[in-house]
Amino acid sequence: MNTKSLYQEVILDHNRKPRNYGILDNASHHAVGHNPLCGDRLDIALNLSGEHINHIAFHGESCAICKASASMMTAAVKGKTRADAEILIQEFRDMALGKLNLDGHHHLGRLTVFAGVRDLPTRVKCAILPWHTLHAALNSVTTTSTEVTDDSMHAPVDSAS
Amino acid sequence: MTPVEPILKPQIVSAFDVERIRADFPILKLKVDGKPLIYLDSAASGQMPQSVIDRLVRYQTTQHANIHRAVHYLSEIATAEFEGARRKLQHFINAREDREVIFTSGTTDAINLVMHGYGRKFIGAGDEIILTTLEHHSNIVPWQMLAEEKGAKIRVVPINDAGELLLDEYEQLFNEHTRFVGVMHVSNALGSINPIKQMIAFAHARGVPVLIDGAQAVPHMKIDVQDLDCDFYAFSGHKMCGPTGIGILYGKADLLEQMQPFKGGGDMILSVTFEKTIYNTIPQKFEAGTPPIVAAIGFGAAVDYLSEIGMEAIATHELALLNYATEQICRIPGVRIIGTASLKTAVLSFVVDGVHPHDIGTLLNQEGIAVRTGHHCAQPVMQYLKIPATSRASFAFYNNMAEVDTLVAGIRTAQNVFV
Repeated sequence: MNTKSLYQEVILDHNRKPRNYGILDNASHHAVGHNPLCGDRLDIALNLSGEHINHIAFHGESCAICKASASMMTAAVKGKTRADAEILIQEFRDMALGKLNLDGHHHLGRLTVFAGVRDLPTRVKCAILPWHTLHAALNSVTTTSTEVTDDSMHAPVDSAS
Repeated sequence: MTPVEPILKPQIVSAFDVERIRADFPILKLKVDGKPLIYLDSAASGQMPQSVIDRLVRYQTTQHANIHRAVHYLSEIATAEFEGARRKLQHFINAREDREVIFTSGTTDAINLVMHGYGRKFIGAGDEIILTTLEHHSNIVPWQMLAEEKGAKIRVVPINDAGELLLDEYEQLFNEHTRFVGVMHVSNALGSINPIKQMIAFAHARGVPVLIDGAQAVPHMKIDVQDLDCDFYAFSGHKMCGPTGIGILYGKADLLEQMQPFKGGGDMILSVTFEKTIYNTIPQKFEAGTPPIVAAIGFGAAVDYLSEIGMEAIATHELALLNYATEQICRIPGVRIIGTASLKTAVLSFVVDGVHPHDIGTLLNQEGIAVRTGHHCAQPVMQYLKIPATSRASFAFYNNMAEVDTLVAGIRTAQNVFV
């Protein structure tokens, strides 16, 4: 694929000025996501009020694709219900893995700028890590990893020297 | 027996002609997204010249059968070619005898063989194994497994900020419990060439055997295992113009003979009854099952090819590449080279301010440039340097100066995306 279409202005902008970046005090739900293959680490904290995500924040060390994905994700799920967030998580994962029909019905909106990662298998995990971590936070799993094997997002990544 | 084929004599002139060499590698003609491939990932795996590709095809087309078994024509040819490849490898590293050269599936397999064959027999509770911060995971994890099983302890030689081993600290790690040293000859992540000859001599003076992980050294310099006096030396075919799935463990014959087998099966036995099995002699004792025959013969052809060019000529050209690339990359504002040892192979690890290595890797790929990004299976090095990952351009003798210029331009382009 043409990787230029992945590094679109909206992704570069969210990388430069990530939304909801920082630490959330008194979070009701929290998880840390790791990608052991590249050392990326993402911390996501949120406050649920009833079923609604009232506040959400993230911080960590990661590449531009991961950081922009986290930034756009937090903006997308803020104010949504837990159930709506889970739908977005599923749709985003399916899109990144090339399993979502982008022309069909979905709720991703501008998040489709990440559709290009499906052609870059080694970058799929970068885009998915925030969503994987959000899923863990919503389900009260405090640490997670892109290498959790029972997860559909798992995709092999080369680790040769 | 059919005689082993004579060493190929390709028309290589004495002066190093990189363009002529590049013509030997069909993959270098490839285009990636319309741009010429710039392959700077030879530390991960090297490319294969046509002569080696042809050798694989010729073996498979006209010479293949199982080895060391049948009396028929093909089996005799295959056996002779396979054992001929062993002798080529023996001469390439100047081993004293061909039985000291064991075919493995690669460096990792070779290190695991030493761990199981030597370590499990001779290392016990309270014993200490010395490794270094620079090691590839393949020379850390097997020893951790052994340490856990036996109650042994791992001691680690530290490095300085340039990525050089601290020899004083190495020497101070020795005590009456020290039983083994494992050290890489050349760092895959940083390119540092370690002073292994000195380290081996120090260990031997205390009666401690030394394993050298030579995966990143043998493709780039002349190796003489007798001169180094190492006890074990491990390396891989695919990093030096050969196929994947084949590697070598060199070991001193007396040590190999004392070791227990690693894998059991056919070819590694002299006789089997359910009451007692008698193991074969070395090297077959460590080569259970049908080996990757075609890969071994291809490895032999690869060292023929490298020998024709000459390892000194290769080292000289690669040093020129390293010096030029270092100078050019240092000139880019915001780029820092990781690993500045005084003695290096042509490996350039670098970080770019404000741009994650993964993004650099993807953006360079867009320019047709293949680099490795990540921790390079050397997480302790990254932890010491307090960086999660680097981008790594690793050069081989088939790279040229123009490719360095394209890399430098590619890094600048990537920086501009993130301005």
